[in-house]
Amino acid sequence: MMENPEKLLDLLYQDARLTPAQLAAMVGASVDEVTAAIRTFEKNDTILGYKTVIDWDKTAKESVTALIEVKITPQKGMGFDEIARQIYSHHQVESVYLMSGGFDLTVIITGRSMREVARFVSEQLAPMENVLSTGTHFILKKYKDYGVEFDPSDHDKREVTIAW
Amino acid sequence: MVDYEQLLSDRVKIVKPSGIRRFFDAAAAMPDAISLGVGEPDFETPWQIRRAGIQSLEKGQTFYTSNWGLAELRSQIAALARRKYQLCYDANTEVLVTVGGSEAIDNTIRAVVSAGEEVLIPEPSFVCYTPLTQLAGGVPVPLPTVAEEQFKLTPARLRAAITPKTKVLILPYPNNPTGAVMTRDELEAIAAVLRDTNIIVISDEIYCSLTYGPERHVCFAELPGMRERTIVVDGFSKSYAMTGWRLGWALGPKELMRHICKIHQFGIMSAPTTAQFAGIEAIRTGDDDVDHMRSQYDIRRRYLLGELRDMGLSCFEPQGAFYVFPSIRSTGLSSEDFCERLLQSQQVAVVPGSAFGASGEGHVRISYSYSMNHLREACTRMRSFLQTL
Repeated sequence: MMENPEKLLDLLYQDARLTPAQLAAMVGASVDEVTAAIRTFEKNDTILGYKTVIDWDKTAKESVTALIEVKITPQKGMGFDEIARQIYSHHQVESVYLMSGGFDLTVIITGRSMREVARFVSEQLAPMENVLSTGTHFILKKYKDYGVEFDPSDHDKREVTIAW
Repeated sequence: MVDYEQLLSDRVKIVKPSGIRRFFDAAAAMPDAISLGVGEPDFETPWQIRRAGIQSLEKGQTFYTSNWGLAELRSQIAALARRKYQLCYDANTEVLVTVGGSEAIDNTIRAVVSAGEEVLIPEPSFVCYTPLTQLAGGVPVPLPTVAEEQFKLTPARLRAAITPKTKVLILPYPNNPTGAVMTRDELEAIAAVLRDTNIIVISDEIYCSLTYGPERHVCFAELPGMRERTIVVDGFSKSYAMTGWRLGWALGPKELMRHICKIHQFGIMSAPTTAQFAGIEAIRTGDDDVDHMRSQYDIRRRYLLGELRDMGLSCFEPQGAFYVFPSIRSTGLSSEDFCERLLQSQQVAVVPGSAFGASGEGHVRISYSYSMNHLREACTRMRSFLQTL
């Protein structure tokens, strides 16, 4: 077993395309150890999946993302988890977080249009028995997501390209 | 017609224009080339440090500072030396704020080297020591280091090079270009050679924050009896990603610092005031930023080392700075030919080891102060290049 397998998670979180050989060099372990550790993380649901960060504004695909603040009244026999499950079971819902502070759940949803998002809120989310209120905020522009900056201005600004 | 050759001083004529310049120009003229050739961090200066500089301008702090530097900055630098190395320097008489580490090196050499005196320079190393020695009228004496000894200076090599004319030993660790560091025991062995001599040490520790081994960097002045003969050169450029601010410092015994400051006073007056205000903030709040950058460099270092070895290049594991220095001898090419051909065929620019002294021949310096994506693309191209040889 390798010494600090969590280090692998940090690296994979930054770049999921690193190969086991590259990861092995970067953490100072063998390829077999890295492969085994990743398999363990996948099996015990620590690593839940691998995705790609995409700037959809650069594509022809139309999409709208909204962040919805949801207040709920938990009822007997139905805690936050169950209500959250009912919400995140909708395929349009990307993320659901339980929050501290002025509201209970943050729901992030992506639809093809504002109308589609509005319809989801008014027809699916708001009428739910335990949902007290919703506040919908449309996301106008993404600057950074998952630690990745969307603005391509991170070109190398260094004046000297080769020196001692 | 003016005879410009005749106008030049004898000393400036001794300084030879670098042969490597032609290669650098060729690389710089290829804007689409992937460079692994820089000697500065890819990170921008952390925001709170930049803001401190901006705020000083907004407040109109646009005047000279004391020749020695802002008092607050000097006391921060002295506190840093205490915190990191348990070394005590008097902020009023033993801390000089300079225009980068280079100015501190230049002033120190000029303050202590008389005509004909020898300056011992371990090589491969950064290129300023030889010309600065020549401009001061001194005689540079290269001390070759080798991969088999992890590019460290050994006491035997040092002892063999000492003559009655030896005045200065340069200690360039952590090292550019090799990434070598020296441990406390290894430095102690060097100190033992120096103890009965009158040799002054210029310890260029500009990369002191960027070491990756289990042991922290050891400042040469920490060793018994060495503080009194050592000028420690450090700065903000590499640690805090502040190369463009041009801010460094020298620490040393007041009997020497007084004279080093004299040169600074007449040549420079004082380091840039805006940069000095930013420097105060850097030392006060920059530790986390330094840690973050170091951990990023370390990831890239390990990645690059793994890739280069996988390509079949023999590579000493660097423990400091942000360079790897693989051997390219197995290709049968000289380091300059290797770099020329890599540049022409794959548009990847790395620096020939020979640029850092004759003992760098057979190696190339590859910088990892680049994003992982950049490094990955460069490695793919280098791999293709090596397959064509």
